[in-house]
Amino acid sequence: MAAKQKTEKLPMPPLKLWLPAVALGWLVPGGGHFLLKRNGRGALILFSVASMFLFGIMMGGILFQPKTGGLLEMIIFCGGFLGDLASGIFYIFAIWMGYAQPDLAGAVHDYGTKFLVTAGLLNVLALVDVFDIAAGRKS
Amino acid sequence: MPKVNLSHFEAALLFALFTSIVLGIVSKKTDRDRLEYGLRCFGWFVLALFAIGWAMRLGHG
Repeated sequence: MAAKQKTEKLPMPPLKLWLPAVALGWLVPGGGHFLLKRNGRGALILFSVASMFLFGIMMGGILFQPKTGGLLEMIIFCGGFLGDLASGIFYIFAIWMGYAQPDLAGAVHDYGTKFLVTAGLLNVLALVDVFDIAAGRKS
Repeated sequence: MPKVNLSHFEAALLFALFTSIVLGIVSKKTDRDRLEYGLRCFGWFVLALFAIGWAMRLGHG
């Protein structure tokens, strides 16, 4: 009975259907939604991710670089790096224009670091949404 | 780049606002449901903020 209730696995849609939208959505948060003509949702995602990233930089948050060593250190730094990287063009510009800041003690800087990582994670959620729309699983 | 110096409360409110917007957008299927879910998320964030804030205040004495 339990086996029958198992949800049916959906087939993977063709790459050309979703890859351009997902790639654009990574590079420019909300861009995938714009490409799929969901302009309102794209604009709100762009606003949220951009604002969160900008506040993170202005609060003196750090941009993680991958670091290996202890297991915990690796999880924090590599995970943080992936989170930062998910912000796409904002991360690239921040590194390119020298906004990567040294790690400072203080609650505001710490909040800034969390804002930067969360901006990327919110964009990952948006990318999943773009994938679902492009694959026809969602309107 | 200008620096901002937000309090815990202000930073947590901004965090709640931006996160709720995206959660609302990606979670539901109609615009009305998205708006409702986004507002509900924001409300829960703020409620948790006050609850955890008071718990820490009382815990520290």
